[in-house]
Amino acid sequence: MVKHIIPETLSEALKYLYQGDFQIIAGGTDLMVQNRSWSETPVNFTKNMLYCFDLLELKGINVIDGRVEIGAMTTLETIMNHPGVPSLLCQAIGEMASPAIRHVATLAGNIGNASPAGDSLPVLILYDAWVELRNMAGFRMILLKDLIVGPRKTAMHPEEMIVKIVIPIHNFDFESYIKVGGRKADAIAKVSFAGAVEIEDDKIADIRLTFGAVGKTVIRNETAEGAWIGMTITELKTGIWRLIDMYNQLIQPIDDQRSNKYYRKTVAINLMKDFIDRL
Amino acid sequence: MAIIKFTLNHKQVIVNGDPNRRLLDVIRNDFNLKGLKEGCGEGECGACAVLINHQIVNSCLYVLANAEGKDIITIEGFAETKRFAVIKSAFETAGAVQCGFCTPGMIIATESLLNANPHPSEAEIKIGLSGNLCRCTGYNMIVEAVQIAMKAGEGLW
Ligand SMILES: Cc1cc2nc3c(=O)[nH]c(=O)nc-3n(C[C@H](O)[C@H](O)[C@H](O)COP(=O)(O)OP(=O)(O)OC[C@H]3O[C@@H](n4cnc5c(N)ncnc54)[C@H](O)[C@@H]3O)c2cc1C
Ligand code: FES
Ligand code: FES
Repeated sequence: MVKHIIPETLSEALKYLYQGDFQIIAGGTDLMVQNRSWSETPVNFTKNMLYCFDLLELKGINVIDGRVEIGAMTTLETIMNHPGVPSLLCQAIGEMASPAIRHVATLAGNIGNASPAGDSLPVLILYDAWVELRNMAGFRMILLKDLIVGPRKTAMHPEEMIVKIVIPIHNFDFESYIKVGGRKADAIAKVSFAGAVEIEDDKIADIRLTFGAVGKTVIRNETAEGAWIGMTITELKTGIWRLIDMYNQLIQPIDDQRSNKYYRKTVAINLMKDFIDRL
Repeated sequence: MAIIKFTLNHKQVIVNGDPNRRLLDVIRNDFNLKGLKEGCGEGECGACAVLINHQIVNSCLYVLANAEGKDIITIEGFAETKRFAVIKSAFETAGAVQCGFCTPGMIIATESLLNANPHPSEAEIKIGLSGNLCRCTGYNMIVEAVQIAMKAGEGLW
């Protein structure tokens, strides 16, 4: 028999996780669909479930010391409407699902689900977001890009849970997020792109480019980005073919029913090219 | 088994049962409130919408365990309000109801939107209704209905 536990505190939740074999459920918008059963019957969860959505300790947003900390059970709509949350994240969330889903779904759930098409991931990885994981013994911080290791695979241990997402605040001079999907509100991304550039003394001081839904995980390559630091925007624009070459090699989309890989790759490269053209 | 307490249409209720039931089934079967419908059963259509703490939510994706302590209003409860009367007459005026299957969800979406933003632009109305599908009207009449309700109900939201 599958067990169902509704813990009242975080430490109680962590105790159950330590006992093993529990799955965390937050808003449930992924898990309810993945474990869907016949109408009028309970959802067919196959693991022991730990219902954490109402853990108050994990709700809320704090802006402190140049970073934004988002509690794991904060809903997407709350995050999107918070003035301290970086703009690209608000924009990416605004294009996820519909209000009815966003009132329930969480950022931790989007991360925990680790879908190659998870729409918050390209933007969070662009911002160098960290995830705070906790277990009974303590906590550790891990960069989101190191937490997600493959499609639906994370580096989280079974007795750990996400308690916070921590985003360093960084003031870029140019930022852009674009998602190409089908029906806007409910479309799972076919391709998405996020870009940001910071200029100092007319030179590129920081450039970050991420691509979603075109590989097993988000594509970001710090070596390719680093090649442009110290150059001017004009140099970047005249060198765009070299940039395109770099990403043509880095982007290796997987085929699925949503769109074929040549289409995805072409769109991804074009989105980046548009971003550079508009700088 | 678990005991889950919440308010449903302003009444305190207690459900004793599997916490992994869908809120949709609990409301339709245990409380015999059939205004919300099951369309897709996976969050795409909005026919099953309810208000939880004044915000639209799809009850087909909402697990009973998460209902603890919430304030839940269905179309039957909302139908008792002045706001509903305004929205209903706006939907009639705009011809926004054909077969009616999507209508309870559309009305819940309208209330959720106007409650958060009493003066939405056309683009904001479209976002507000974006989780609700209608196979009949082609949506323009529904957008118009929201605009009529917004004006006629000035001060109510
Ligand atoms: C109609 C519809 C449209 C959608 N549109 C989009 C879209 O446009 N873009 C997009 O990216 N997604 C979309 N989704 C998917 C989903 O809504 C998101 O992934 C959402 O962020 C999941 O959050 P949740 O709280 O509901 O997760 P849940 O379903 O509760 O959990 C998802 C996973 O995360 C794990 N998890 C949750 N919280 C934690 C935690 N604190 N610590 C560790 N693990 C945890 C769970 O164990 C589970 O594996 C859509 C879903 C639906 C039904
Ligand atoms: S039945 Fe719930 S959204 Fe379609
Ligand atoms: S009126 Fe028929 S589905 Fe909307």
